Amino acid sequence: MKILLVDDSKTMRNIQKGILAQLGMSEVQEACDGLDALSKVGAYEPDLLLVDWNMPNMDGLSFVRKYRSMGRHTPIIMVTTEAEKARVIEAIKAGVNNYVVKPFTPDGLAERIKETMSRQAA
Amino acid sequence: MDSSYIMPFIKSVQKVFETMLQLPVMVGTPAITKGGEPAYDISGIIAMSGDVEGTVVLSFPTAVAERAVALFTGAELAHTHEDFPDAVGELVNMITGNAKAQFAGRRVNISCPSVVIGQSHQVFGRKDVVCILLPCSSDVGEFAVEVALRLPAVEASVSSQTGQANA
Repeated sequence: MKILLVDDSKTMRNIQKGILAQLGMSEVQEACDGLDALSKVGAYEPDLLLVDWNMPNMDGLSFVRKYRSMGRHTPIIMVTTEAEKARVIEAIKAGVNNYVVKPFTPDGLAERIKETMSRQAA
Repeated sequence: MDSSYIMPFIKSVQKVFETMLQLPVMVGTPAITKGGEPAYDISGIIAMSGDVEGTVVLSFPTAVAERAVALFTGAELAHTHEDFPDAVGELVNMITGNAKAQFAGRRVNISCPSVVIGQSHQVFGRKDVVCILLPCSSDVGEFAVEVALRLPAVEASVSSQTGQANA
């Protein structure tokens, strides 16, 4: 399974890559913001995206709206410090399939990934 | 500053360090600081805007920051390593983001973090905003979170009501 990690923090991308590796998911590409992600989704065709919200150049919410407007239905998990209920609703309306609030435990993120992919498969 | 805006930061710093570093943190008695005191070596700084405005500064002595970043990233990074500021920035980002989620009914935006590395530097905020120091202690050493906030909407409302009362 191909995963695109979109986060401006290399530290967070590395932490998430470690968790994905433990789940047997090692085919990962990285993007440092929404614009970078948009430039990569066409060629990479990911099966799952993990997207941060607050990023320079293009934030995660703008990216999700743009990505969905391109007719793409690949599942997206927002992984962010934005924890307010209103923000979660805003993200889901934009097309996010699942939501993980930082800080998270490895088990918490792994559970959301499994949940998202099993929903997708159903 | 209303203490209900300080408690979220106390809870948040403990939650972030416990969850991401498996490091329990004790937060001492909050104190009002004068700008630029005390001095530290490494600071992650983030700005808040919207219904709450201000800055949050996470500051460490170098050795403490290096030990904290090692626990966070799983790698020994010297403070001169190119990835070191990113890790410090992400810590202050999580602390601030998690705290602002506890500001009931207020919409607050946060900036991307900045990180300053330099021995015994001082961070100064706006002179008209009270800065609260949260002294933190942990098994890797002592560090601090400084919170300087103002509520522009509330202040404008109070100012307007005072104006009406005085009219």
